[in-house]
Amino acid sequence: MSNGVLVDISKCIGCRSCQTACRTWNDLPVKTSQNTNQWDVPVELDADTWTRVSCYLAGEGNERRWRFVKRQCMHCNEPACESACFTHSFLKTEEGPVIYKPTELNKDYCVGCRYCMIACPFNVPKFQYEKTFPYVQKCRFCYDRLLENERPACITACPTGALKYGDRQTLLAEARQRINSNSNYVKHIYGEKEYGGTSWMYISDVPFEQLGFKTSVSEKSIPSYTWQALKWTPYIFAGWGAMLTAMRFFTKPKEEGHNEAEMYAPVDPKE
Amino acid sequence: MYGRNWSFRITWFRILLIISVLIAAAASLYRFIYGLGAVTNLNDQWPWGLWIGFDLLCGIALAGGGFSTALVVHVLHRDKYLPIARAALLTSLLGYIISLASLLLDIGRWFNFWRPFFYWGFHSVLFEVFWCISIYTTIQVLEFGDIFFEKVKCPSLKKILGYMITPLLILGIVLPTLHQSSLGSLFIVAVDKLYPLWWSMLLPFFFVWSAFFLGPAMVTIEGTIASRAYGRDPELPVFQSMTRITTWMMIIYFIIKMIDLNYRGVFGMAFNGSHESNMFLIEMIVFVLLPIFMYAIPSIRNKLWGVVTASVLVVVGVVFNRMNVVFTGMARSVGGSYFPSAWEFLITLGMWSFLALAYLFIVENFAILPKEGHAHSNSTATYGTHFPA
Repeated sequence: MSNGVLVDISKCIGCRSCQTACRTWNDLPVKTSQNTNQWDVPVELDADTWTRVSCYLAGEGNERRWRFVKRQCMHCNEPACESACFTHSFLKTEEGPVIYKPTELNKDYCVGCRYCMIACPFNVPKFQYEKTFPYVQKCRFCYDRLLENERPACITACPTGALKYGDRQTLLAEARQRINSNSNYVKHIYGEKEYGGTSWMYISDVPFEQLGFKTSVSEKSIPSYTWQALKWTPYIFAGWGAMLTAMRFFTKPKEEGHNEAEMYAPVDPKE
Repeated sequence: MYGRNWSFRITWFRILLIISVLIAAAASLYRFIYGLGAVTNLNDQWPWGLWIGFDLLCGIALAGGGFSTALVVHVLHRDKYLPIARAALLTSLLGYIISLASLLLDIGRWFNFWRPFFYWGFHSVLFEVFWCISIYTTIQVLEFGDIFFEKVKCPSLKKILGYMITPLLILGIVLPTLHQSSLGSLFIVAVDKLYPLWWSMLLPFFFVWSAFFLGPAMVTIEGTIASRAYGRDPELPVFQSMTRITTWMMIIYFIIKMIDLNYRGVFGMAFNGSHESNMFLIEMIVFVLLPIFMYAIPSIRNKLWGVVTASVLVVVGVVFNRMNVVFTGMARSVGGSYFPSAWEFLITLGMWSFLALAYLFIVENFAILPKEGHAHSNSTATYGTHFPA
């Protein structure tokens, strides 16, 4: 059973309890920040901030309203990070979470190449630049809690029911029912199909493009794009190799050509 | 003729290069101890910077002279290009060593660099790149062994290498073909992130094709610099005849690029006035069309300045293209900002200084460049001022 979370943006009041719960459960350090008069602090996800709530003033005229969007790893069904990693440091688990350094066995395979950061369409993985031997950091969907049949920390902290945890298919059905029964909702479930679908899904009463979502993106998963190119590797290797060998023998001159050793000489650095 | 002992002339220019290498070595040591954040300006928005974008991607592209020359000389047996074959192999080998060094510098957990050899993430493009680059560098070292053992006498080893030469040569073309293209495939993953003027499923083709046609241009530049530095005649006839390869390949490159843009329906974006579109137009007009015309016009191609200027445009153009893919094309989607720190520049400078020093040392001690007067009539060198090599 693959689990997911349905985020109902219309229900979020921006209290940021989820942000605090995440920090507490995962023991992530807090950075003291200057008062910048900015609502969302920290402004971006970083190695020590696996989730954060960003605010948007959306809509026009009398319809203008504040909306709050919780961000974290989307836990793709076919994650780009997993496919991009050349040491198997990411894993999409059966339960739904995409986790880094997945098992006891490969907990230290990561080379720190940061290709996962290039690959992620949502720019989620972050890097501990200040450490000598840094790791990649991102939301792990409280995989440890899920294994104990507990809900993720952020879900337990949400006071308004904006976050709902459960089986992904059940959540999808509920999302569909919610957006169809209430005309305020945008008729789209973000994460249902984006990049092959994600475990975290959003519904909203404000168009997604006004809330910082990347809309009209590919419905094909990112690994499927890469694989389209990568699958040719063995054929190119064999075919091109055979062709070159054939050409080398075919064009070989009958008589022995130049004696290479007689042709070149070290340079005398005279001036 | 190989009776000469090892020699390395020290000049002021070379002392400068050595200082630059030492500074880079010290800075690298500092980076290995204190981490990337202490030395670089890399950040969460810009995980790949100067070392990957320039030293790795461009270094490897510039080393493309190695495999294109190998194909022309050793597979197609076009002997008239023999004079430049060894120099091309040498610069290519040095380019790969630099790329591997910058890769080691750039990876966060550098002591783990060997992991991909054992834990096969074969669904990653980087896996293919990593394997091909490391094996191909080994192969180039072995190919160079053939030259090395001409000076350092060791008949048994030379004989073994002699038996291996055909498979080495073939692998030495197949592997770079694969990974030059997969350097392009690396960015297929950036669907919706890389600006559509550059993102394409044909990225692997564009990368390997441009690395190949850049080869002759790079060899031309290297050959000209080397001939000036050592007061020799440049191999002008070889350079000129190589322009045919580059010209045709660039025309095909340009046509396929246009077809690809049309097919994906983004042709209009080239003229939408954005920063990306301007950079794209510069790339296409100045660095693709202009050199094609310069190569095509005999009165330009037949002069040294003409062929060298056009070749510089080709080489800078490929670098420009790689920079556009890594930086220009990604900027809009990833946000943030990145400009390399002084240390990143100094380490880069040190690596390329090392390349120059190694090149000088090797051509002065091994039979790399053709004997004077071999390829064409003998005359005293009169081409411009000499670099203080």
